[in-house]
Amino acid sequence: MIIAERKPIKEIEKMIMPYKKVLIVGCNTCVTICMAGGEKEVDILASSLNLLFKSKHKEIEFIKRVVERQCEKEFVEELKEDIASVEAVLSLGCGVGVQKIVEVFPHIPVYPGLNTKSIGAPEEEGVWKEKCVACGDCILDKTGGICPIARCSKKLLNGPCGGSQDGKCEIDKNLDCAWQLIYDRLKLLGKLDQLEEIIPVRDWSKANDGGPREVIREDVRLKNGK
Amino acid sequence: MEFEPEIVIFCCQYCTEAADTAGASHLGYPANIKLMELPCSGKISIIYLLKAFEEGADGVCVIGCEEGACHFLRGNLRAKKVVEYTQKILEEIGINKERLKMFNLSSLESQKFVQISKEITEKIRELGPIF
Ligand code: SF4
Ligand code: SF4
Repeated sequence: MIIAERKPIKEIEKMIMPYKKVLIVGCNTCVTICMAGGEKEVDILASSLNLLFKSKHKEIEFIKRVVERQCEKEFVEELKEDIASVEAVLSLGCGVGVQKIVEVFPHIPVYPGLNTKSIGAPEEEGVWKEKCVACGDCILDKTGGICPIARCSKKLLNGPCGGSQDGKCEIDKNLDCAWQLIYDRLKLLGKLDQLEEIIPVRDWSKANDGGPREVIREDVRLKNGK
Repeated sequence: MEFEPEIVIFCCQYCTEAADTAGASHLGYPANIKLMELPCSGKISIIYLLKAFEEGADGVCVIGCEEGACHFLRGNLRAKKVVEYTQKILEEIGINKERLKMFNLSSLESQKFVQISKEITEKIRELGPIF
């Protein structure tokens, strides 16, 4: 899932300051789970902004909505009537959600209310951790199912480095050394010999350095007469 | 004329007994206090607290049982965290976090309830109207 967190309210204040009526749109999927942009957070943000503007003797009217998935056109289109009645949109979706609203409704300003942080998972109540950076060429089969690209501070493919100490990473003592975790898991599986294999230099062209990547399934395409 | 603050107290059902006893024993507590009973202080949420301010409260507090004595085990500890988180939001939007406070008492302490309600009223009177 996508992990995000709310931007500082002061930053949001600056974005919406010029308007009188704003639509706040949450998303019912990932950002609801990480408690950044679901129905509750939409309410909390609207209420916080109401208090903030009240103290400044300014009034902005907020319409509050939550769509099932802000990253999909079909769900975003449901906002049509609401969007027609406001001057701007404040999205509590991830960066993809913001951009999808922009694509569907190009004529209205859309602002991000969240900082999108990572692809990750809930670790414990109130803690979400990064697990994958969508490198485009997964090597989890070689690393005991633990990702060194997302979870080793140096993205080492053949770790650990000399700084691994007592299972912790030298970059941050609170951080588990990913390569210690990889070693432990392979040991558990009785597959330590896998570590003898050197993982070759990667082809990073599959990562996002060459512009946005695309996945295409020709069998389900309807456009372009194909 | 002296400023009479609006105060909302969210109180768990057991601590509400302390307020009832205070009333029954003619231990007066300030008339500006609106008491909202919750089944457990753990039911409190960020939005209840913000809405109370939005609806005109100058001060808000949450009262739950003493730590270790919650009838639902951890409700009061959860309430404490919710109050602390909401205080951070208040600071972010430039509202003095002292306007929101958590207290603990037992259902028998009607005197303490009166004392808390006077204390919070005094504090908010000192801070003045919220807007
Ligand atoms: S190897 Fe790449 S795709 Fe696989 S988990 Fe790591 S970052 Fe994600
Ligand atoms: S200590 Fe472990 S996690 Fe940290 S940089 Fe070295 S190998 Fe990577």
